[in-house]
Amino acid sequence: MQGSDAVELVRPDTLEEALAAKAERPGAVPLAGGTDVMVELNYDHRRPEALVDLTRIAELATWSASGGHVRLGAGVPYTRLIDELGDTLPGLAMASRTVGSPQIRNRGTVGGNLGAASPAGDTHPVLLAAGAEIEVASVRGARRIPADTFYTGVKRNALAPDELITAVHVPSAAVPAEQFSKVGTRNAMVIAVCSFALVLRDGHVGAAIGSAAPTPRRVPDAEAFLAAELPWGTDAPLPDSLKRRFGELVAAATEPIDDVRGTAEYRTHALGVLARRTLTWAWDDHRGSVRACA
Amino acid sequence: MTSTVAGRTTAATANGVGSSPARPDGTRKVRGEFAYSSDLWHEDMLWGATLRSPHPHARITGVDVSAAVAVPGVHAVLTHGDVPGLNRYGLEHPDQPVLADDVVRYRGEPVAVVAADHPETAQRAMKLIEVTYDELEPVTDAEDAVHGDVAELHPGGNVVRHAPIRRGEQTPQADVVVTGRYEVGMQDQAFLGPESGLAVPDGHGGVDLYVATQWLHVDQQQIVAALGLTPEQVRLTLAGVGGAFGGREDLSMQIHASLLALYTGKPVKMVYNREESFYGHVHRHPATMYYEHGATRDGRLVHVTARIYLDGGAYASSTGAVVGNAATLGVGPYDVPNVSIDCWGTYTNNPPCGAMRGFGAVQAAFGYESQMDKLADACGLSPTEIRRRNAMSEGTVMPTGQTVDSAAPVAELLDRLEGMPLPQPGSTADLRTLPGGVSNTTHGEGVVRGVGYAVGIKNICFSEGFDDYSTARVRLAAVGGQPAVTVQTAAAEVGQGLVTILQQIIRTELGVEQVTILPMDTSIGSAGSTSASRQSYMTGGAVRAAALKVRGALLSHAATRLSRTTAELHLDGGKLASVADGVLADLVDVLGEAEFDETVEWRHRPTEALDPETGRGNAHVQYGFAAHRAVVDVDTELGLVKVVSLDCVQDVGKALNPQAVVGQIQGGSAQGLGLAVMEEIQTEGGVIRNPSFTDYLIPTVLDMPPMNIDVLELADPHAPYGLRGVGEPPTISSTPAIVAAIRAATGKELLRVPVRPDHIV
Ligand SMILES: Cc1cc2nc3c(=O)[nH]c(=O)nc-3n(C[C@H](O)[C@H](O)[C@H](O)COP(=O)(O)OP(=O)(O)OC[C@H]3O[C@@H](n4cnc5c(N)ncnc54)[C@H](O)[C@@H]3O)c2cc1C
Repeated sequence: MQGSDAVELVRPDTLEEALAAKAERPGAVPLAGGTDVMVELNYDHRRPEALVDLTRIAELATWSASGGHVRLGAGVPYTRLIDELGDTLPGLAMASRTVGSPQIRNRGTVGGNLGAASPAGDTHPVLLAAGAEIEVASVRGARRIPADTFYTGVKRNALAPDELITAVHVPSAAVPAEQFSKVGTRNAMVIAVCSFALVLRDGHVGAAIGSAAPTPRRVPDAEAFLAAELPWGTDAPLPDSLKRRFGELVAAATEPIDDVRGTAEYRTHALGVLARRTLTWAWDDHRGSVRACA
Repeated sequence: MTSTVAGRTTAATANGVGSSPARPDGTRKVRGEFAYSSDLWHEDMLWGATLRSPHPHARITGVDVSAAVAVPGVHAVLTHGDVPGLNRYGLEHPDQPVLADDVVRYRGEPVAVVAADHPETAQRAMKLIEVTYDELEPVTDAEDAVHGDVAELHPGGNVVRHAPIRRGEQTPQADVVVTGRYEVGMQDQAFLGPESGLAVPDGHGGVDLYVATQWLHVDQQQIVAALGLTPEQVRLTLAGVGGAFGGREDLSMQIHASLLALYTGKPVKMVYNREESFYGHVHRHPATMYYEHGATRDGRLVHVTARIYLDGGAYASSTGAVVGNAATLGVGPYDVPNVSIDCWGTYTNNPPCGAMRGFGAVQAAFGYESQMDKLADACGLSPTEIRRRNAMSEGTVMPTGQTVDSAAPVAELLDRLEGMPLPQPGSTADLRTLPGGVSNTTHGEGVVRGVGYAVGIKNICFSEGFDDYSTARVRLAAVGGQPAVTVQTAAAEVGQGLVTILQQIIRTELGVEQVTILPMDTSIGSAGSTSASRQSYMTGGAVRAAALKVRGALLSHAATRLSRTTAELHLDGGKLASVADGVLADLVDVLGEAEFDETVEWRHRPTEALDPETGRGNAHVQYGFAAHRAVVDVDTELGLVKVVSLDCVQDVGKALNPQAVVGQIQGGSAQGLGLAVMEEIQTEGGVIRNPSFTDYLIPTVLDMPPMNIDVLELADPHAPYGLRGVGEPPTISSTPAIVAAIRAATGKELLRVPVRPDHIV
């Protein structure tokens, strides 16, 4: 094969080196678990000049918790997230459990999910609903991007060409009223036909949809409705009318398409159902915590 | 399960017929050490790549290979003009170009092939070939292809075969009549090992081809014709096969790699990737079926009338035989006095369809079993009762006029299924037991349970007068102080475990533990295809026959040496014994320097062609039956399905290897589950929309429930050891049983498989 076609593999040991490499060659593609990148390379859908292997950078594969937030390194694989943060970040752990197969969860990372920014990526609705921030860095410095503004189009995100994702900052659940739910046509290892995340926290509601619009997105009308109508601080059950209305508002916020995985109509319908159900479950969690405090 | 075969001369040796010894290739496969065809490698080999048509129907107006040829590292770029022999091949009719000449008839049809010193180079050069096309309107509807005013895709029109079956009254009257239109989507074999092989030129104009296939000799025939060579010049050896299920009955890269190897004088390897594999093999025929069932008020069938359309896609492949099966088995395992069936197999510009496990019987079963449930409803009977009342049994006359002359225990299968315990109600504590699994879509909300039954029928071995045979060579000699047998056949081991069964047969017949199965190749006569559930029957039968000849020769050799009569001698666990005096000698001593070497060409009893007007004829060798009961939990609001149990009863005549039998039943049932709820190649205008395992979904361990399996052994006196082919029947009844269960849970009609969530909500 001609040398000019070879993909160069850059293997930095530190974040500084990685950022320097990325600054020097903005076309270089970061490689974390490789569960998206390697598929693209194998099918020749992508032929980058260079790959920057991030797996040697220890600090990307760590997490820490402080002040009601978790800073989750971009390179922490799903399996560790599930095992180590299942209680602290229940919504993100739920989403992580639905990603691919055990092999994929051993390799795949939240950083990679964000890098790929697929409308069907499983962590996105949770990051949106939880009000997470994406920490990115370049030789120019670091910044945080609210999840709300991170997804800019189908498989596009707000990263500058020289930037890497270093971590996500997720408010941790003092009360685990977080739910993630995903519809697929197989009972495991399936890309979302549509997905939904809901986070209830002290008068705050975060709700977001996946795979039902060009990007994962929050559903502001439905969030505002719930924030106003929920009987916060009580352990009252929710009236069906409220759940139904929430479901309708979520369904109304979808902008789905027909594709091989499902019809637009089905997606809208299913999101209405998921919204009602996850609200019931999340509110049950909330009620449980109210009772525990009383 | 006890052995039904005994006899004075049968050798009692451990690990013989009826036991489940470990597979000779099992450990290597589990450890990842088994060499599949994609692992083949040769010093200095080149890599082949295939340029395929982007259009489902187009006229080629020009091909310019100059830019591709100019790429450094490229050794050859070949098009149809470079095919030295007949530029056509096919299993039944040679109608498919090796490389397209004037017209392409499906998206993915090979147009040119490239050989280069690196796979990347080959791919890159391939993309530099410039082909210009005039796009033509694709024919994509099978019914239109038969009856409509559409383009003729092949000389002689778009009907590959029309098979009518006429029995009894053709305009019958019945008290209760139910009708339905049913559709079966295009299923894929989804084998894990992609099409691959290695062609090595011999330096004298011939070639050795190592390839994963189902039938070495039928490949050889087609390759020889295309290359203009003799069979002696084209030698095939079976490489490691990573699954087949019918998808390797047709050629893929065989001729292309051989052509490139002969042209360049270098070994050429070709391996399809997953996407290319979806274009590289035939699929299961999609079907549209119109059924009318008439019955008396008490649910006895009066008539079945059906029109069945099977979409064969761009080339004939085995469409003719698939049509024969769907037509002759079109009423299912029932006794029906009046039958009028018309089955068409057509050409369209959809992906070519051919053999897949169940072969025509799968499609028909979704139609007739859906109808039986409808009829049960209309007659106020349970699904099992309507089936029992109409169940065929030994002696029943098929719609073709053929009498079923061995066990056909349809009612017994149903009784046994009903006798199995039903699963406990679902628990909401473990998400994995609910529809949607850990995707957390329900904690029990909207979930309704349903139960469904289905029975299926399948012909075993090749039918309709085909001269179906297998060749086996068995050689016995002492090796290193032990009696040892080598077995040679050309039968393709595709993962089903034939190699184990052949060893078991030798142990039973010759009492020799050490059995080596030689590599399968074309240096011996044909074994026929590894399909139609036939290899245990056919190559098992051939190996047994050769072993019996060896035994005969050995015993007369021994009789002479020991001054006894052959009649009083038998083989027993590596010893020679007589009834009266017990063990006489070690086999190894009797053998001495002698060597016994027998080759046998073995046939099943002959069958007849179907009458082209009436469909009458003793077309089939043997019938196999299986029945399933499915229990499903359906999330009725989201349309998601969890199959909770999928129990099966099957008559296998004789379980040569009980563990392998259960494995076939589990695998076949899983494949049927896939067709019921998820597996479909979706096409639009002839173009595949989901050529990947991301979107062509096959069941995972969380989709497939544990099974209760009950294996009956009702010996067929015509078959070796009484066996009945096992591989296909469980694929047939699994699908309609699951759909029946979903209907029971949801009340929806569900006229199409796979059932999708939006069909349910
Ligand atoms: C069989 C299979 C099943 C799958 N199932 C699912 C599923 O159910 N749900 C789902 O959401 N996804 C699924 N995926 C997709 C994939 O596993 C996930 O998107 C995963 O999160 C990707 O993580 P990774 O570490 O492997 O990323 P990689 O493949 O290494 O990278 C993905 C993208 O992110 C970029 N990137 C990675 N790290 C960084 C960084 N630190 N900074 C900037 N850019 C970065 C890469 O350049 C690339 O563009 C599946 C994939 C496969 C092969």
